[in-house]
Amino acid sequence: MELQAVLMAAGGGSRMMDLTYNTPKPLLPVGNRPLIWYPLNLLERVGFEEVIVITTKEVQKALSADHRLKTDVKMRLDVVCIQEEADMGTADALRHIQQKIKTDILVVSCDLITDVALHEVVDLFRAHSATLSMLMSKVHEFTETVPGQKGKKKAGEQRDFVGVDVTGKRLLFMANEADLDEGLVFRKSIMRKHPRMLIKTGLLDAHLYCLKRSVVDFLVHNKSVTSIRGELVPYLVRKQFSKSLNSQNETEDSEKNQKQQDLLSTSKDEALLQLARERSCWNDHRGDMSEAYHGGKLRCYVHIMEEGMCYRVNTLAAYIEANRVVPKLFEDPPIHPGALVSERSLVGSDSIIGPLCQISDRTSIKRSNVGMSTTIKEKVKITNSIIMNGVIIEEGCNIQGSVICNNAVIGRGADIKYCLVGSGQHVEPEGENKIMFGNNNLDISDLFVYTMIVY
Amino acid sequence: MGERLTTSTLLVTDGGVIHPDCFSHQFTSAKSRRSETWRTRLADRLTASTTLQGEGKELTKEEKQRLRKEKKQHKKNKKDDRGPPEKEKEKEKASVPAPSKPATQSPAHKAAPVPVNASASESPVAAEKPAKSKAELRAERRARQDSERASKQGKKEGGQQSTSSKPKATPNELQPVVKRLPDHVQVDDPVALKKLAKKLERQQVPLRSDYGYKVSLFSHLHQYSRKNPPTQQISIPVTVIHPSIVRLGLQYSQGIIAGSNARSVALLHAFKQVIQDYSTPPNEELSRDLVNKLSPYISFLSQCRPLSASMGNAIKYIKKEISNIPSQCKEEEAKRILQECIDSYINEKIILASEAISKYAIEKISDGDVILVYGCSSLVNHILCEAFEKQRKFRVIVVDSRPRLEGREALRRLVKKGIRCTYVLISALSYILPEVSKVFLGAHALLANGYVMSRVGTSQIALVAKAYNVPVLVCCETYKFCERVQTDSFVSNELDDPDDLIVTRNGKTHLENWQTVKSLGLLNLVYDVTPPDFVDLVITDLGMIPCTSVPVVLRVKNVDQ
Repeated sequence: MELQAVLMAAGGGSRMMDLTYNTPKPLLPVGNRPLIWYPLNLLERVGFEEVIVITTKEVQKALSADHRLKTDVKMRLDVVCIQEEADMGTADALRHIQQKIKTDILVVSCDLITDVALHEVVDLFRAHSATLSMLMSKVHEFTETVPGQKGKKKAGEQRDFVGVDVTGKRLLFMANEADLDEGLVFRKSIMRKHPRMLIKTGLLDAHLYCLKRSVVDFLVHNKSVTSIRGELVPYLVRKQFSKSLNSQNETEDSEKNQKQQDLLSTSKDEALLQLARERSCWNDHRGDMSEAYHGGKLRCYVHIMEEGMCYRVNTLAAYIEANRVVPKLFEDPPIHPGALVSERSLVGSDSIIGPLCQISDRTSIKRSNVGMSTTIKEKVKITNSIIMNGVIIEEGCNIQGSVICNNAVIGRGADIKYCLVGSGQHVEPEGENKIMFGNNNLDISDLFVYTMIVY
Repeated sequence: MGERLTTSTLLVTDGGVIHPDCFSHQFTSAKSRRSETWRTRLADRLTASTTLQGEGKELTKEEKQRLRKEKKQHKKNKKDDRGPPEKEKEKEKASVPAPSKPATQSPAHKAAPVPVNASASESPVAAEKPAKSKAELRAERRARQDSERASKQGKKEGGQQSTSSKPKATPNELQPVVKRLPDHVQVDDPVALKKLAKKLERQQVPLRSDYGYKVSLFSHLHQYSRKNPPTQQISIPVTVIHPSIVRLGLQYSQGIIAGSNARSVALLHAFKQVIQDYSTPPNEELSRDLVNKLSPYISFLSQCRPLSASMGNAIKYIKKEISNIPSQCKEEEAKRILQECIDSYINEKIILASEAISKYAIEKISDGDVILVYGCSSLVNHILCEAFEKQRKFRVIVVDSRPRLEGREALRRLVKKGIRCTYVLISALSYILPEVSKVFLGAHALLANGYVMSRVGTSQIALVAKAYNVPVLVCCETYKFCERVQTDSFVSNELDDPDDLIVTRNGKTHLENWQTVKSLGLLNLVYDVTPPDFVDLVITDLGMIPCTSVPVVLRVKNVDQ
């Protein structure tokens, strides 16, 4: 076996708490499918037959109960549960499943929606025998208005500085603005080896990593590393140019613990590989006297997507954007055959209706996503909104540019514009411009204050 | 296998002076006559006797099949064998009274356990014929010889097919021998393409599509683009092809492993890993199944980049070694033997060979020499580095050419060693050549007619060097000797990615949209052939030989094997 897929679905969705306080992030409906379906679909399309899913008990229950997921996803899902309270980072989770990992791994985050040609990332991993290969994408500006936002600019979004070499494939430098004090600091050894470096800031990390098996062993020995993105990746990128000239870095130290036999056979094969490389007339850089890869054993590569779709649904804005774009890509019928849509209603071509819905007469639904088991009564106007599962919307409502979460009830004649209605909330009838959010079980301290834009 | 007979030669045999085309005819006619009479005798024997039927239904079924096929051949022979009809009649007469003799042949052909029964059946029948004429005696003698030969073969091989196919094969030679061209030089033939597509589909290897407009003279070759990697259609955790082979194929197609020696070593390394991970399925033999497992891998690799001659020889060697594994050998033992074979092959043919070649070549390097090298040949670089270590005083001129610009890598290695180097492009060759005292060239393959196949530009260098009376020495290991014959660079070559020729200067890429210009084709050749007249000496691990001695070396190699 070449690669094992690991899907990280235990994250809390800390940047969109108003959506995820009740529904776990992997189960948020995007385009009327749970969010976790998208990375699973990506893995299935490229040919994986088995995925290790690391998630919480709640999500596991929902996954086993969801019939649609079972029929859609033909791969075998090996679900590993971790405690929510344990607050495990992604690297901790890898350490947890260390026994299951037998080959190199492909780590995917559950909130990734993309149509990337995955072989581009994996080819870099294979061809250069890289230790790490990751996917990044150019950030697209979000065009949809998000309820509760004052303007387009988000405050306090930390920038990522990514340094690549001239070919645009080798990853030389990675730092987050939060970790830097005053400016970017580069080691001279990097500059000597790669005098031309391109620094990019407008890149979105897709959280898709190909890691060598030895990295997992390294994690087992170094329990202080908790997060892949936050700690492991910058460490590996830095370690490419570390001073240890006899190329004994920590990833190889762990190999000493392997059986002697393995070591002997690998050393003979290593000698052959070394011979092949010596005899080959290829070099990845030119201008200095060093051999290919500057003799370094640790290499990190990145594939930067120029075109195509890549979203990480970890903020409200991304969630809304994904809901807009994603339904257009899959050839599902916009109106699910299980929905009861009356003939006197008007459902626009860019809206999607989930199964078991009931849409009554004289409703107009434009540019919206309506989830499963929703009941929409007469004379309702819904534009530019996302309505999740199990919502009841009474007559005469007017909903614009809003997000209505699971099991909410919108009273008669309510006029909701650019709001976010939380899970299980009731909006009073005839409520004009009312905001309702939060959960009855939440503490006061957890309430977020949302301002509403009234037009 | 030695030299092929061209139609301009004549053969002087004890049967007279004949044209080579009639050679097989003569040979087969005599044999077929014998086999024909044997067959008729066999037919009579089968219809007449009852003893053979009890020995096993399989005999008669196979016999029937063979009879059917032989009857067809028999009819064909009758059409061709217009020669001595009287002799045939005699043989037929003689065939009737001696039906017992072929009976011994047929069981011996079929299976080793049967000869006992055959000999038993032979004796009662032999007692039937008291009087024998001269023709009958001759027939008996011939039949006895046939049976002895057949039983010897039956003991040696024990397989029915090989011996039964022998009499079948000889009539086939009457038909013109179909010369099969390799797939990779028949790209413009839709039939060949379809066959290739079917074969790849059967092996579950993705077909890589050609890219861009091909210059008409080379439209029979594949032209791939680096932008369409061969891994586009394979599933990501590869199931059909071993991961190390996929990695190797990617490295070939991206040029990370380039150069004849490097490619062979990497190939053998990948095969070692395949053998390591191989496990014999039940009811299969390692010697046969492993060879079948390797075929899709080789197809995949040739889709990534056409195989080199050295790789072809290495693959032949491996397949031979695998099929020579005795069937009672345990799997672990067999794997260990194969790994050792691969290690010894690399050691002998590549590492030790390069040591031997450097030893010979250093004799040819004298102090004060100005040596010209072209491109980056691992062997020539090794020679020069060794010569430098042995304190020879010389300087090197590295000639380079676009688009690969491999000379830069050669320059880097030589300068790192401390050798004084000059670097020119091939367009400045005639300018620099008056300074040069020797030219050292590497080779991708040495063809059976003495031509040297090497990086494109080598024949230019050899030509100009000849004009300036500068000795040209080609360094090549014997495992790169190839039985192919080629006199020009068109017939079999490799087309690289045409986009490599596009260059961006000052931010402008003039050839960016070359595909839209209908009358423009970009040609990026990889190899060319140098005639032996331009090459003064070939330095191999067997010694220093002239270019025309290559077929001798090939013959000697084949006799050894």
